[in-house]
Amino acid sequence: MTQPNRLNGGLIDHETRLKFIFDGKDYYGHPGDTLASALLANGVRLMGRSFKYHRPRGPLTAGSEEPNALVELRGGNRQEPNTRATTAELYDGLFAKSQNRFPSLAFDAMAINDRFSNFLTAGFYYKTFMWPAAFWEKIYEPIIRKAAGLGALSMRADPDEYDKGFRHCDLLITGAGPSGLMAALTAGRGGAEVILADEDFEMGGRLNAETLAINDAPARDWVVAALAELSSLPNVRLMPRTTVIGAFDHGIYGAVERVSDHLKTPAEGKPRQILWRIYTQKTLLCAGATERPIAFENNDRPGIMLASALRTYANRFAATPARRVAVFTNNDDGHRTARDLHAQGVKIAAVVDTRPDAQSSSDYEVLKGAQVIDSKGRLGLTFAEVKLADGSTRTIECGALGVSGGWNPNVHLTCHQRGRPTWNDDLAAFVPGDTLPPGLSVAGAANGSFSTHGALKSGAEAAKKALGLKGRLPKTPQAEDAPVSQTPFWYVEGCARAWLDQQNDVTVKDVKLSHQEGFRSVEHLKRYTTLGMATDQGKTSNLGGLAIMAELAGKSIPEVGTTIFRPPYTPVPIGTFGGRMRGMEFHPTRLTPSHFWAKERGAVFVEVGNWLRAQWFPIEGETHWRQSVDREVRQTRASVGVCDCTTLGKIDVQGTDAATFLNKIYCNGFAKLAVGKTRYGLMLREDGIAMDDGTAGRLAEDHFVVTTTTANAIKVYQHMEFVRQCLFPDLDVQLISTTEAWAQYAVAGPNSRKLLQKIVDPAFDISNDAFPFMACGNITVCGGLRARLFRISFSGELAFEIAVPSRYGDALMRKLMSEGEEFDVIPYGTEALGVMRIEKGHAAGNELNGTTTALNLGMGRMVSKAKDSIGSKLSERDGLNEDDALKQVGIKPLNPAEKITAGGHLMAADGPVDASHDQGYVTSAAFSPTLDHMIGLGFLKNGGDRLGEKMRLVSPVTDLTVEVEIVSAHFVDPEGERLRA
Amino acid sequence: MIINHPLLGPRDSAEFVYMGDAALIDRPDPDTASPEDWHDYAYLRDNPAGEHRELWFHEGGDRSWLVVTRNTVTHEISKVELARDVARARGRST
Repeated sequence: MTQPNRLNGGLIDHETRLKFIFDGKDYYGHPGDTLASALLANGVRLMGRSFKYHRPRGPLTAGSEEPNALVELRGGNRQEPNTRATTAELYDGLFAKSQNRFPSLAFDAMAINDRFSNFLTAGFYYKTFMWPAAFWEKIYEPIIRKAAGLGALSMRADPDEYDKGFRHCDLLITGAGPSGLMAALTAGRGGAEVILADEDFEMGGRLNAETLAINDAPARDWVVAALAELSSLPNVRLMPRTTVIGAFDHGIYGAVERVSDHLKTPAEGKPRQILWRIYTQKTLLCAGATERPIAFENNDRPGIMLASALRTYANRFAATPARRVAVFTNNDDGHRTARDLHAQGVKIAAVVDTRPDAQSSSDYEVLKGAQVIDSKGRLGLTFAEVKLADGSTRTIECGALGVSGGWNPNVHLTCHQRGRPTWNDDLAAFVPGDTLPPGLSVAGAANGSFSTHGALKSGAEAAKKALGLKGRLPKTPQAEDAPVSQTPFWYVEGCARAWLDQQNDVTVKDVKLSHQEGFRSVEHLKRYTTLGMATDQGKTSNLGGLAIMAELAGKSIPEVGTTIFRPPYTPVPIGTFGGRMRGMEFHPTRLTPSHFWAKERGAVFVEVGNWLRAQWFPIEGETHWRQSVDREVRQTRASVGVCDCTTLGKIDVQGTDAATFLNKIYCNGFAKLAVGKTRYGLMLREDGIAMDDGTAGRLAEDHFVVTTTTANAIKVYQHMEFVRQCLFPDLDVQLISTTEAWAQYAVAGPNSRKLLQKIVDPAFDISNDAFPFMACGNITVCGGLRARLFRISFSGELAFEIAVPSRYGDALMRKLMSEGEEFDVIPYGTEALGVMRIEKGHAAGNELNGTTTALNLGMGRMVSKAKDSIGSKLSERDGLNEDDALKQVGIKPLNPAEKITAGGHLMAADGPVDASHDQGYVTSAAFSPTLDHMIGLGFLKNGGDRLGEKMRLVSPVTDLTVEVEIVSAHFVDPEGERLRA
Repeated sequence: MIINHPLLGPRDSAEFVYMGDAALIDRPDPDTASPEDWHDYAYLRDNPAGEHRELWFHEGGDRSWLVVTRNTVTHEISKVELARDVARARGRST
């Protein structure tokens, strides 16, 4: 094992070896390497296959803008597809595979696509595979999906944790290159709270990758000193490995910190990544610039990369893709690459400069006024073909070619709030525009200050200005201040296939075709060709595409404009957005006071909103839920059952105007409700539709307890606060939700009073005379524990609801069970609760479904005309009060063996079955153990007058037709004798 | 977004629930309003591209309803008031 292309120096620890495996083969690299740099040092240039044509590809860049070198990092359930090898930090034991190839990277069967490229041009999926239509889903799409696409998911749960966090600062600096460091020093010394974030694991930006001098010493020395000073300042927080991904409203920035991606597995208790929400007064974007390529024939071979990347690999990572390299440039920066690599002992085959007046060199040949017109090499570059100034061609042997077409400022974050960049002619590039996100300013190369001196100076100045710092700035260190002039050179003429977007396989020709076919707006161009739509979002390709579009349209580039930049700046794993909110933590889980007791009893639980409620309590010998539910219903109706109904919303309403307030929110009257009494109340929405129902018990003149349905507890509270604060602001009334303060149990059945009498302290008489139906009051139980008792019934039986402070809920349930043994008390769950309320004909969520009125629910007369309440006026609308309005009815099958299904529609006994003959629909259905057949509740046109009518219940979707009879919705105890017993 | 709560200072919008047009405060007078007034109140809302007065409920906070004047294009918030104060100023009482 040797590293044939490892150079000396750089920011890597040559003494320490890190072993890693790529495509099953063992290699080693060093701390400080990325996967890409280590592979290049090991002589590996081929790292992936392209998306569409499966062309062999190697890294184009040395950073997060990488389109090509995407790998599957790690294995097993940690496998992470489409990871950029150029940013993946090397660690010992790293395991990676190339992707989008079969069977191997060197021989990929799908590379046949490349031969059919004429059929796979821009918009091919809009043009081909059109016929026959049925083939699309079954044949074409699966084939295309298999052929295209990048890495594969492991399809297993990610074992790692992701977290979210919040930070606050005066100044957020994104990017720790020369301008960012200088800004941080200025702001930090000025006493501001500063966060300096950089996506790299090594702060310093381009200074880490260049051989520049600052104050006549290596630039890296200045970086080290600056970082040391910043680390010593308590008001400065350095966040390496942190990408600021988006600029959001009001100074909120999103940032992703890769806490553990550089480790084999996260340390115990540490997340893999953290999504930070950073609140800042001011932000300074020091995101630098990205070099842009020049498109030419076969410019995508492994070994062809950006000239700056070649330089980064050599200077920072001590790696080179080859020992003999060439450079293709249209600007002076390309020559810097040649100089640096030459100094590292890499042979410079030639520098090909498009400019006839390019600078010369005594160390290597400069071909002035020349262009690279083609390349050779099946799995990696071997030769570059150059057209010289005189028109002749020359073949240059080289294993790598650095390409430089100039630099583009990284303006992305400046455009996240719909700002547009402006065109700078001197730089031939877009620079940040006038409309920046409020509080954001830009410095350094991101603002077009490309020289080192310019970056340092602008960083200091921008920080001072942003924070309004007084006094002298820190002295700007001495550094090169070469003037920058970029002339555009986007592509070499006359190419068949010159690649612009290497990740999505978009060529210069595709852009031309798009224009020819009329897709001329940049947004259309993007979607038709997919230019810039890949995971790199076209960081190295968009401008080239725009330039070609502008040329074809005879417009300037700024006239053509850019597509919209949107967050995130670089890809973010879904897991990071999810954070800890996955599985059971997706939302909070609310447990009822009897939860642990119910669990001991072997209850089956169901999610009801955030609550977990016991659905039924199976006992030995029961194998089907219906057995448990039927037993619970029968036993409750025969003796006594207990159900946890804590989840119902409880809202405490207090104040001298409490009754007046309830008169506003309920359509029926509450003002005259006596103390010690409870009343059923129906709330309407202002449009006259039923919103929620429940009870309100009057504990004192100025004190009510309102209950809501479980599902609407939060919404109803919000609504009541709206009515209180926005509509009747001067009512003396206060609200608070006490849902979780009280454990509340329904105790139902003919023996419920006898059971409660064993618990309720003797001072409180709960006999039928003293505590009749709908009574309520404060009591004590079990020798002095304060409690509330309501004689209300959802089941239709003699029933009570008893409430104690939540912390006594578990004990009360156990007490009810032990004291109830003599009555064979049973707990019942939400299923039995549902069955009993259907048997009794009580409306619930299925009936209060957002389309029904009090009239529909059979409560039309409840809407008081003597007072104003929310929804009362609009409930009087003609449209809601037609003669054949839907009315709630009961439904039973003529043949008791047949099924009633909720969702089925009611049709006349004969005649057509279609929407125009629809008579109503079934909202709830259950098997009634009391009646021994299925029953349903539903709404039927003019239903109140149609009891006894035979109809058909149909469900064309499930092919169901059942003959039914319309009956009263009150299947059990229609006179309410049991309630009052 | 950050909403500058009149009592609690700047709070993240994630603590709030949005309801929409603050015109909901102007509930018609049940004694005098016509059916058309009720229809407009229940169903018609302005949807401006620009400044908009809207109701936000501080559900994760002090449970105040606020009237937030927000530019729907830029999200700039120029004014935050307690809805109760707004309601009183508009003549609402009991």
